[in-house]
Amino acid sequence: MKRAIGEGVRYIFQGNSSGVANALTDAIKKHNRRNPDDRVLFLNYSAVDPALTNEKCNYWHFRFDANADMKMNAMTDVIKTNDNIKSVYIIGQDYSFGKAVAAAAVKFLKEKRPDITIVGNELHPIGKVKDFTPYATKIRASGADAVITGNWGADMVGLGKAIGETGLDVPIFTYYAANDGITKTIGASGKDKIRLVHEGVLNPVSTDAYKAYHEGFKAKNPDKDITQYRIANAVQMLAAAMEKAGSDKPIDVAAALEGMEFTSLHGEKLMMRASDHQLIQPIHISVHTDENIVFDADNSGFGLVVENTIAAADTELPTTCKMKRPN
Amino acid sequence: MFELIFFSLLNGIVTGLLLFMLASGLTLIFSMMGVLNFAHASFYMLGAYLAYTISLYLGFWVGLLVAPILVGLLGAMVERYGLRYVHRWGHVAELIFTFGLAFLIEEVVQFIWGKDTKAYHEPEILQFPLFTFFGQDFPAYKAFMLFISIAIFIGLLLILTKSRVGLIIQAAITKPNMTAMLGHNVPLVFMSVFGVGCALAGVAGVIAGPALGTFPGMAVVLGSIVFVIVVVGGLGSLIGAFVASLLIGLLQTFAIALDYSVNDLLQVFNITTDVDSALRDLWTLSLPQIAPILPYLLLVLILIFRPTGLFGKRET
Repeated sequence: MKRAIGEGVRYIFQGNSSGVANALTDAIKKHNRRNPDDRVLFLNYSAVDPALTNEKCNYWHFRFDANADMKMNAMTDVIKTNDNIKSVYIIGQDYSFGKAVAAAAVKFLKEKRPDITIVGNELHPIGKVKDFTPYATKIRASGADAVITGNWGADMVGLGKAIGETGLDVPIFTYYAANDGITKTIGASGKDKIRLVHEGVLNPVSTDAYKAYHEGFKAKNPDKDITQYRIANAVQMLAAAMEKAGSDKPIDVAAALEGMEFTSLHGEKLMMRASDHQLIQPIHISVHTDENIVFDADNSGFGLVVENTIAAADTELPTTCKMKRPN
Repeated sequence: MFELIFFSLLNGIVTGLLLFMLASGLTLIFSMMGVLNFAHASFYMLGAYLAYTISLYLGFWVGLLVAPILVGLLGAMVERYGLRYVHRWGHVAELIFTFGLAFLIEEVVQFIWGKDTKAYHEPEILQFPLFTFFGQDFPAYKAFMLFISIAIFIGLLLILTKSRVGLIIQAAITKPNMTAMLGHNVPLVFMSVFGVGCALAGVAGVIAGPALGTFPGMAVVLGSIVFVIVVVGGLGSLIGAFVASLLIGLLQTFAIALDYSVNDLLQVFNITTDVDSALRDLWTLSLPQIAPILPYLLLVLILIFRPTGLFGKRET
């Protein structure tokens, strides 16, 4: 970060690890306090630790992804309406995010569907499980009607495949079970089982503007996918905020970004909540399938079709954030 | 409960036999050359990746045949042009050489194939549930894995105990100098055993790739556990490796399947624990959580109480 600031960078985009984001947000807060004439903005597109917009929130941090609690809130909204689900198995990686997912799942399920029993709440070592079959056997034997997991990467593939192989046919609610080889590897074994919580509709196609954007991306990068559409939102909103402020100074841009409303390429209304700098946006729950797919993932023919949409207003959760604003 | 035990038993045997394919090569190499081949699991990974690439063009079965041969040849070359030179500077140098090789192979694999998980699938002919028991499927591919590993175990055992080649290998393991004096080409035996050991790891990779996932971390998750098996089973003992593999395979599967915690154990002895005590993390520790460290616990216990391993004759 010091090096980036030294090179004149005043806008830092970061995602993919809440650990890094927690360190960055503290460092940037400190930097901005010490250098009031030379401030830096932190645009977080993926780190979903709820703390970043609650107890650890600060004025210079803006989050463009729904946080883990909001995603779980959306997932449990869907589970709430499904009367076939009477028992749930929660499994995750043994680290902060896996634990946060499990805690949120228990909390929201208790509130929304007290009749659901949680038949398993398990953490497994992260990145060290060579075979998920024993876990899948256990899930199967527990008689769960749904599985919730925050797994990503190889742990997600292993779990998804192993559950598929036991012949268990229940929805698996996930955060990160798509793209980067995961969609392709899970393939048919996860069809109509894997559900993913995400932003930005892929199938059915939302708008012509998004279609042109997606096709343009695929023409340039035929082997890649738009894995995190929120990055486009973040960049567009930053540009819009700069225009609105008529300045590229972080302090002016931050003021413009706060509370800003924006319509994404998907035609969705986004709003940067002023109280905690958490973007409020519609959240979708999609199913992994090879039917009715226009934009697939990993060029595999499999992709995500939206099943449920939680309106932006319904995704909002109260915040404990009390940020100090510059005068 | 019976369902859980039945499937855990099956899964444990499948995992155990897969581990055996890796451990058998490693234990032979170790006992013969005294080299702990840290790169052994990397050859397993290479097997999976090569078979994946071959399967894209020529199908799974060609990959099953060709990939292990390629890995075996590569292993033989590593011995001939790498280890044999390094050997002059003693065992420590050899150890560090294989250690470096493991990292090198991992980086090369990431360089060629990338970091993401490869969609390496079972052949379609084996993509059906072999039988359904208590509503739970047992995939045919798992049965195929069982079959291949048992065939390899029997084959290896016969070759080592009944054939002339096996006699020479056994002689070279125990008395390399004497065997050389009798006119046998010991360096060639070493090279062949290293090559065959790597090829076995390659086979394990080919059949494990579709089941356990083909990704750059696949060598790391299996690498250390294979050493545990070799030490627990006893150096140079094929039977020992076999028993230890099954033991570890079952230990890990059952530890995950059975949800007992320290608390439950204490309650058996009528000791109640305080929920608010500072040690409550210890009380709530459950068997699935400590499952990954159980094999290493076994390793430590074996080294203390029976340093030769279960079936070994030499001290580790």
